[in-house]
Amino acid sequence: MAPERIAFVASVILSLSAPARAETIQVTIDKLAFTPAEVSAKVGDTVEWINKDALVHTATATNGDWNVNIPASQSGQVVMKKPGAANYYCKLHPNMKGRVVVAP
Amino acid sequence: MIVKLSAGFATLCLLTAPVFAQGAAKPTDPQIAHIAYTAGQLDIEAAKQALEKSKNKEVRDFAQDMVRDHTEVNKQALALVGKLKVKPEDNDTSRGLTKQAAAKRDELAKLNGATFDKAYVANEIAYHKTVNGALKGTLIPSANNGELKGLLQTGLKIFQGHEQHAEHVAADLK
Repeated sequence: MAPERIAFVASVILSLSAPARAETIQVTIDKLAFTPAEVSAKVGDTVEWINKDALVHTATATNGDWNVNIPASQSGQVVMKKPGAANYYCKLHPNMKGRVVVAP
Repeated sequence: MIVKLSAGFATLCLLTAPVFAQGAAKPTDPQIAHIAYTAGQLDIEAAKQALEKSKNKEVRDFAQDMVRDHTEVNKQALALVGKLKVKPEDNDTSRGLTKQAAAKRDELAKLNGATFDKAYVANEIAYHKTVNGALKGTLIPSANNGELKGLLQTGLKIFQGHEQHAEHVAADLK
């Protein structure tokens, strides 16, 4: 195999074994609102909720896939493991609603 | 004066009673602060009764949430009235709410187990509905100070959340 071809194969293998670095997507909670209300992520990304309220909140997927407790004035996070769209809400204040769309 | 209920106080034992009368004169900021603070304190007392009586985890968790949230909101309310140098002023609406809550507490004290749990949660739904209606219809529109109005608006969102949370708990108790 020609050297350039070996280099090409090696780079393909490397790119397959080293997927794009996972990102952290932040959602702010302020005065009982998730902002932005909808975020996009990829499988492996982390969604982090930053709670500016002096109240405990949760981010609870309606499909039961994940549930994050977010203490007052602190943050909580979850790694998105499955592709698809998930609506979520706060269990303690169910009028707070958001959505995470996870690409494969 | 928000409502003239003195003649009817003796009969006020249901939360559906018109503590918040429509079309009455606008409450002042010191009265609004007193009503909002009182409404929170009364819900904390109701939650404390539930924590003494209930053995249901979901009901107890809900009651703990009520104590925590209303304590925090009232802490912020006290900080704000201190800053604004507003002295909360007792009034007929606060007295009406307090009287109703006392009557409800006596009624609930006689119940136990699942019967208590259901009655407590049903009352939480009704109570938050009443307070939210008052916030929306009377207290928020009447508030003069912008910061007081803002706190009431956030309070409304929190209490609307509590109302929905209580509805979820009630559905689980069925």
